[in-house]
Amino acid sequence: MPLNREFVGREYPASATYEVGREHIRQFADAIGDQNPIYRDPAAAKAAGHPDVIAPPTFLTVLGFRFGFDSPIVDPGLGLDYSLVVHGEQRFVLHRPVVAGDVLSTVSKVAEIRDAGRNELMTLVTDVAGADGEPVATLTSTLVSRGTAVPRDTASKEA
Amino acid sequence: MPAYDEVEVGTELPEQVFPVQRHNLILYCGASGDSNLIHWNERIAKAVGLPDVIAHGMFTMAEAGRILTDWAGDPGAVLEYGVRFSRPVVVPDDDKGAQLTVRGKVEEKLDGNRVLVGLTASVEGGSQVLTGARAVVRLP
Repeated sequence: MPLNREFVGREYPASATYEVGREHIRQFADAIGDQNPIYRDPAAAKAAGHPDVIAPPTFLTVLGFRFGFDSPIVDPGLGLDYSLVVHGEQRFVLHRPVVAGDVLSTVSKVAEIRDAGRNELMTLVTDVAGADGEPVATLTSTLVSRGTAVPRDTASKEA
Repeated sequence: MPAYDEVEVGTELPEQVFPVQRHNLILYCGASGDSNLIHWNERIAKAVGLPDVIAHGMFTMAEAGRILTDWAGDPGAVLEYGVRFSRPVVVPDDDKGAQLTVRGKVEEKLDGNRVLVGLTASVEGGSQVLTGARAVVRLP
């Protein structure tokens, strides 16, 4: 079943803020085998000009799992069957590094839904802001909904 | 960290080979919050038609990104990073796992001491697991 295109433009603010923890940054760095001291040692981070340890560039992927239930993905009205979904593209724009102690607010928006052959592509844009509302990062995720596009011959008959 | 003035279009980042074992995926499940069964349970992975357990795409992206942060020294120098996931990294349950080979090259010098870096990531046999991988890195 095709996705509900009326969802394009809808915004989903996360239900809570997300506090970035030093130990969570360390845990994430451990998981990717990265010993960089700027992820682990506040003194090393300060020497590099940061107020505290910073997070790896893709760390904010954790927001998607922390706030999964505030996402359009799980809104039944969208009609997304998660068993048909694969992650197609991901992009991070970091307006500044994510720092331990940051209290982040996030808003996800359905930016686009379009056909790509038999699949549909849905692009979600998540804006992440700091405690003062300043932009921290913009995450763009493209999900592939396999085989849910309306077949072309059917579409032309309906049109 | 390399200086902007010392870097040219075509400058290569040091290539790295990252081992990807089941253990890494279990750690990443915990760290990221993505504990989807296909990333650690061989029975379920095969039941949904995969050859074996596969790495999280985001794990592969994070691991490949290490050639950027290792090159820059300060991970805060990575301003943008984007990839397309072209095929999964299959991770067998043996002592070796998969090997992720990551290369990078400066494709363009931008203003503000920034450079555009193109990345490739492949597994044994040469299959590319990321395509269109690009990052913007600020150099001193």
